[in-house]
Amino acid sequence: MISFNLFVLPFSLGLIYLLYMIIRWWSIWIRGLPAEDQKKFRTGIFSRNFFSALKEVFLESLIHRKMFRRNALLGYMHMSFAFGWFLLILCGNIESRIYSTTHVNPPYYPIFLKFFIHDRTVLWFEINTVPGFFRFLMDFLLLFVLSGLVLAMVKRGRPKWFGMKRTTHHQLTDKVALICLWLIFPVRLIAESFTDGYYGAGGGFLTQHLGNLMVLIFHESSRHIAYALWWAYSLLLGIFFVTLPFSRFWHIPSEVLLIFFRQFGITAKKSTTSFTEVEIGACSRCGVCIDVCQLGYAAHIHDIQAVYFLRSVRDEQVNRDILLRCLVCGRCQEACPVGINADSIRLIERNMFSGSHASDFTYLPADPPQKAPVLYFAGCMTHLTPAIIRAMKGILKQAGVDYLFLDEKGTVCCGRPIMLSGKYEQAEKLVHFNRELILQSGAHTLVTSCPICFRVFREEYKLPIRVMHHSQFLLELIKAGKIPLQAFHRKVAYHDPCDLGRGGQEYDAPRELLAKVAELVEVPQDGEDSLCCGGSLGIYTISSRKRDLITHDALRNLTASQPEVLATACPLCKKTFSKHAEIEVLDIAEMVYDAMPE
Amino acid sequence: MKEFGYKVHKERLIDYDKNDKRVLEHLKKHEPSVLTCIACGSCTATCSAGQFVDFNIRLVQTLLRRGEIEPLKKEVQKCMLCGKCILICPRGVNMRNLILAIQTAIDKLK
Repeated sequence: MISFNLFVLPFSLGLIYLLYMIIRWWSIWIRGLPAEDQKKFRTGIFSRNFFSALKEVFLESLIHRKMFRRNALLGYMHMSFAFGWFLLILCGNIESRIYSTTHVNPPYYPIFLKFFIHDRTVLWFEINTVPGFFRFLMDFLLLFVLSGLVLAMVKRGRPKWFGMKRTTHHQLTDKVALICLWLIFPVRLIAESFTDGYYGAGGGFLTQHLGNLMVLIFHESSRHIAYALWWAYSLLLGIFFVTLPFSRFWHIPSEVLLIFFRQFGITAKKSTTSFTEVEIGACSRCGVCIDVCQLGYAAHIHDIQAVYFLRSVRDEQVNRDILLRCLVCGRCQEACPVGINADSIRLIERNMFSGSHASDFTYLPADPPQKAPVLYFAGCMTHLTPAIIRAMKGILKQAGVDYLFLDEKGTVCCGRPIMLSGKYEQAEKLVHFNRELILQSGAHTLVTSCPICFRVFREEYKLPIRVMHHSQFLLELIKAGKIPLQAFHRKVAYHDPCDLGRGGQEYDAPRELLAKVAELVEVPQDGEDSLCCGGSLGIYTISSRKRDLITHDALRNLTASQPEVLATACPLCKKTFSKHAEIEVLDIAEMVYDAMPE
Repeated sequence: MKEFGYKVHKERLIDYDKNDKRVLEHLKKHEPSVLTCIACGSCTATCSAGQFVDFNIRLVQTLLRRGEIEPLKKEVQKCMLCGKCILICPRGVNMRNLILAIQTAIDKLK
C-alpha cells in the first residue's frame, strides 16, 4: 500500500515544478551552445573529464572548498547547508527503504517518513541495530544543518566574523526563498519531535527528547500540532522549490552545469552564448565580490558590484550608466568562489549597449615600416611619460638591440580602450591596422611599455611573434649580461598593474627585475590581490574626484612599509600615482636605466 | 549694392536662440563634467588621433553648444578613446564618456 496524505501535495507539486524547470533550462542551455561547444559537450560526457567534473561538483557545490579557503566559518556555514541537506536526502532515502513495502518509493515518502512510520520496536539508542543507527544519524545530520542555520543568522548581524564587511542587498524573491530555506529545518525538527513524542518512539537523540518534552506540555493536542507542522513543512518546501528558479538559489542547478561545461573545455565567447547564461545563473549572490570592489569601499559606489550587475543582466534591467561604471580591474572575478568571469560578461553587455554609432579611422597613415628584428611600441600612455621612453631608448642602445621604435611619431591606439567600451567592431579596425604594421616589419619580438597594449597584443592580435612587456624583455637582457648594473639599495614598493598582473599573469618578471636594482618592501595587498591605481580605462562614468579616492586608497596600501620609491610597470599607473604620491613614482625601466653606470 | 557686406548666408547662420540643445542637455545629465571645460586645449595637444588628423575637443565643445549635430557626429567618430586627454585635463572633464555620451545622445535622436 502506498502511504499518502493530502499534505504531501505542496511538496510534491513544488518538486515536480522544480525538476521541470531544471530539465527545461539545462536542455535549453545545452542545445543553445554553439556547434563546436556542443561537440565538446558530447565528447566530454564520455571522457574522464566527466568524473573530474563530478569531483569538482562534490568539492565546490557540496563541500564549498573555496569558501573554506576564504574563511573557515563561512565555509562551514555553506557546507552544513549544502552537504548536510544532501546527506539528509541521501540517508533519508536509504532509511526509508527499511520500512518500504513497495519497490519504488514516492519521492515524498522519505521526506515525511516519520509521519508515516512510528516504529516502536527499536529505540534510537540501540544504534547497533540498523533502524536505531539511522535514527541517530538523521538527527545528527539535522543538527549539522541547524548549526549552519544558526551561523547564517549570526552572519546577518556580525558579517565580520565570516570575513565579510558588507553583505548583498537582496530583492524580494531572494528574501522569500531565503526565509523558506531558514524555516524548513526548524519546522522539520519540531514536526518530527511532536510526532515522535506523541507516539513515544521513532525519534533520535534530538527529536525524541524534544518530543517527549513537547508531549509533557501539550498532551493530546500534540497530534494535531504535529499534523499542522507537517503541513507547514511541506508548504515551506513547496514554496522554496517554486521560488528557487527565480531567486539566487537558481545558482545550485546552474553551477553544476557550469562546472561540467568548464571541465569539458567550453569557454565564454565575445557575445552571449549558453555558457555566459549559465555563468549568470550560477551567481549565488554571496556578496564576496562586494568587499573586494574598490569602487565600493574607496569611492562609496555601492550599486555596480559584480553581484548586482549579474542580477541586473538576469532580470534584463541593465542600465548604461551602471554598466559603464566598473574599473574592469578583475578583482571580483579573482575572488569569486564560483569563478564567474564578471568582466567578460560586462564587456559582452557593453557590446550589446554600444549602439550603432561608427568610428572613422580613415585618417590613419599607411606608410610601410622599416624592417627590424625587434619592435618597440611605447603606446599612447607612455607618450605621456617621456621619462619611460628616454629610459627605454637609453637601455636598448646600451644593450645594442637592433630595434625599430614603431610609434615614435605618434601612436595608433592598440584598440583595448575602445574595446572596453564594447565597440568591438570599431576596435577591430585599429587592431587590424597595427597588426599589419607589426607583421610588415618582419620582427620576431614586439616589446611594449604599456600593459594595456601588452594584454590586447597577446589576447586579440594573434601575432606569430613574441609579445613582451618591457619588464620581461629587460630581464632577459640583464640575464644575457647585456645591461651592466650598479647595485642600488633604495626601498621600493612594487605596484602590480591590473592588465599585467591579473590580466597578463605576469607577477614575477617585474619583481625579479626590481630585486636587481633595489630592495623590495612588502605591500599588504599585492599580486593577485593588488589594487587598481584609479586611472583605469575600463570605467567611463566616474568623476575625477572619485578616481582620486581610489588612488589615495591604493597609495595607502602601497606605502604601508614606508618605501622610498613607488615602482610600477604601467605608464597609466605612473601618471595616476604621480599626481598624488608623496614619494617618487618610477617605472621599472627608469629604475633600470638609473642603475646603469654612466 | 545696398546689401553689400550685410548679406546673411542661411547655411552659415547659427541662431543661438534656436539651436538644437538636445545633445547638450543629455550630456548635462549624464556627463556634467562637460560644463567645466575652460577650452585650454591641453586635450587637443596630447591627443593620439590629433597626431594624424584635425581632431579637436574644443571644436566638439563648440559644436555641442551650437547644436550642430551632423558635424558633431562626424567629429567624434575620429576619437580612439585612448584616454590620454583625461589624464591631462586640468578641469577633470571625463572626455571618454563625453564622446560615448554624445554618440548615445545622437543615436537617441533618430
